[in-house]
Amino acid sequence: MGNLDIQNLKVSFHTREGIIHAVDGVDLSIKPGEIIGLVGESGSGKSVTCNSILQLLPTPPARIEAGKIEWSGKDLLRQHDEKIRGIRGKEISMIFQDPMSCLNPYLSVLDQVAEPLVIHGMASPKDARKQACEMLARVGVQRVVDHPHAYPHEFSGGMRQRAMIAMALVTQPSLLLADEPTTALDVTVQAKVLNILKELCTDLGVSVLFVSHDLGLVAELADRVVVMYRGKVVEQNDTRSIFSNPQHSYVKALIACRPTLESNPVRLPTVDDFMNPKTGKGQALKKLESPSLNLDSQETLLEVQDLVVEFPTEDGPVRAVDGASLIIRKGSTHGLVGESGSGKTTLGRSILQLTKANSGKILYQGNTISLENIQDRTRFRKSMQIIFQDPYASLNPRLTVEQALLEPMKVHGLGKSRKDRIDRVVKLLEEVGLGEEYLHRYPHEFSGGQRQRICVARALTTEPEFIVCDECVSAMDVSVQAQVLNLLRSLQASRNLTYLFISHDLGVVKFMSDEISVMQNGKIVENGLAEDLYRNPKSSYTHKLIDSIPLANRSSDFRL
Amino acid sequence: MKKFVFSRVLQAVPTLWVIATLTFFMTRYAPGGPFDTEKAIPQEIKVKLESHFGLDRPLFDQYLLYLKNLLRGDLGPSFKYPGWEVSELIATAFPVSLTLGVLSLSIALLIGIPAGIIAALRKNTWLDYLPMSLSMAGICLPTFVLGPLLIYIFSTQLGLFPPLGWYGPADWVLPSFTLGLFYAAYVARLTRAGMLETLQQDYVRTARAKGANPWQVVTRHALRGGLLPVVTYLGPAFAGLISGSFIIESIFFIPGLGKFFVTAAFNRDYTMVLGTVLFYAALIILLNLLVDLLQAWLDPKARQAQ
Repeated sequence: MGNLDIQNLKVSFHTREGIIHAVDGVDLSIKPGEIIGLVGESGSGKSVTCNSILQLLPTPPARIEAGKIEWSGKDLLRQHDEKIRGIRGKEISMIFQDPMSCLNPYLSVLDQVAEPLVIHGMASPKDARKQACEMLARVGVQRVVDHPHAYPHEFSGGMRQRAMIAMALVTQPSLLLADEPTTALDVTVQAKVLNILKELCTDLGVSVLFVSHDLGLVAELADRVVVMYRGKVVEQNDTRSIFSNPQHSYVKALIACRPTLESNPVRLPTVDDFMNPKTGKGQALKKLESPSLNLDSQETLLEVQDLVVEFPTEDGPVRAVDGASLIIRKGSTHGLVGESGSGKTTLGRSILQLTKANSGKILYQGNTISLENIQDRTRFRKSMQIIFQDPYASLNPRLTVEQALLEPMKVHGLGKSRKDRIDRVVKLLEEVGLGEEYLHRYPHEFSGGQRQRICVARALTTEPEFIVCDECVSAMDVSVQAQVLNLLRSLQASRNLTYLFISHDLGVVKFMSDEISVMQNGKIVENGLAEDLYRNPKSSYTHKLIDSIPLANRSSDFRL
Repeated sequence: MKKFVFSRVLQAVPTLWVIATLTFFMTRYAPGGPFDTEKAIPQEIKVKLESHFGLDRPLFDQYLLYLKNLLRGDLGPSFKYPGWEVSELIATAFPVSLTLGVLSLSIALLIGIPAGIIAALRKNTWLDYLPMSLSMAGICLPTFVLGPLLIYIFSTQLGLFPPLGWYGPADWVLPSFTLGLFYAAYVARLTRAGMLETLQQDYVRTARAKGANPWQVVTRHALRGGLLPVVTYLGPAFAGLISGSFIIESIFFIPGLGKFFVTAAFNRDYTMVLGTVLFYAALIILLNLLVDLLQAWLDPKARQAQ
């Protein structure tokens, strides 16, 4: 049983652009058997802290500048490489975020799970395999037991992460470092993996450092929560107190700005509201005070009937969308929620005719959409736009903001002159909360949230009626997510936009939507008004989706 | 697996037919013929020679006849080496080229792979800069410069190896190194790039987190992925080594296939050109198939795709 004690840890990254102080004086201790949640947004230094413990940071550019990491009385930072290697995987194990890339694709899963035992001389290769099999069976990866030569690519993300857990725990370590272990997984899978992790660690008496950006998720299993912000620990307390009585304004903000299922706010609070109370609140709220929509009286803008989209694969065609129908009313937001592979993105894309449907009808304002005729196509493309998930990949890195925003206007012949078009671009930038000074900058000069604002502005250049938002906040921190969601809502009110809002996150979808359709395996399994769907889910799948959401993320006034 | 190999062999048939057809007509439409020499031979003799080899018949008939013979495995007689069948000439010359190719490739891999691995592991140190500068020089330096240079140093000055000929193992050393060093340079660069890419992978970090030592990390986890680009390059490289060794064979006076190939083209030795082209084509197809099988052995995902 070990005791981990981190004192005044300072880690910086020495890059060409300068020195970044990623971790700036962190104190943290973990007692035997304890589960600690380390929470923070991207760039807060939580992963760097976690990776420093076993010295897995790439050096250079990373450099541990100061501090102590004491493990069973020894300072890990002052041990020989060989000593550290003896601790890695034996006394302290680690699980990483992305199960797709963290397993070696060239080695069988069984061999990889058995490897730590062999490396540390704890078992002969044959014995190690036997123990690995037992551990894999315990975490529910039965397939390996039956097929000992199975390779990682034969497994789903959830199964791979279970295998990672088995690999980390097969040596019965005293401490497990889990760096965002469920972030890349679907909610229902996440719930299962989390349960396995918690049970197994409690059974084996392993203490856990659970690193996550999701405060609600951490509340599910941690005894104590440590919140990091900009390289520093801003608050640490037992889980109950953090939620019931947060002290630091950043922690208060983190708790408040998550869209939860229970609450029904018009606007989400943002970190700014808490950190700078004077400037934050106000303007956005005013815009949003529109009367709530009476859906029945709204005309249908878009109707999808029995849509089927198939993709050819080597094993025959796969139905990504399998007879989906939905109605989207003018001025409303239609939420589309589902797990990865459910076909929600394909459905969104085929509505925009970016992916060709095999059969079925799409009616826009009562007319079928035909792309044969160039005039029709131009008109159609002008009135429908899309905002993609990854604002890093969806902006051309070689175009300035001005060029990126002018292009759609040129294509559609909007604006009288170049000056007129530039005026419009400036106005749009101001509308999304950026300004004229950003016109000549390139995408890499912006943060993720700012980039997504640019993508929103780009979608608005053609003055569309209908916008597909495809997982457009999924890659963002909650604080940034709140800003972008607020922006989308205020734009909807001021411009009478209609959204198809696609997301895997039911909380976010519920916050945004008037109506929701739930998708599973290419089919729409349930659809209804947002509030009804949550209160009285009819399909068992919707039930399961709601049950998989951590309790703390269902209600904003969560109490343990 | 068997199905994959079988389908690939079947695919080779139309490929070879297209190559045979193109080569047949291209050589025929090229100006000059096998019996046009600087010193004109008497007309009657030329006519007789042409009728002996069937060159007086309509072109399309000749083409059909050639294909018919090809199906029986008969590549025809050489026009320029009287009394020799093309297949006999290939059978004599190919083992020489093969020996040279295998030796050069072994040298290329034995030098290139370790150099690339070390450079990747010690990135941006002199252990990286030195082999990478040398390999850049190796790529830039043509074999017809390196060859005479090696002859001068190791034969003329040191007297260690014979400067030319192909009689015994001592003769193999200089040409194999001349050819092998050039390919070693490429292999080193490819290995370095592949290893750098693989060493950054998350699963290599996982291996370190398990407590694996640097040797285990490289041999067990990084090497397979790192060598995939090299394996892809092996097919074309080996084909190039065997077919493109004309310059080396000329410098060192080696009776290999490359020399036959090039002189056949100069001499308009139609059957010899066709025969060697088809032989090389079949060889390249075979080598690429072997490379695909090797890749499948290294990469379980590619195995599944087959």
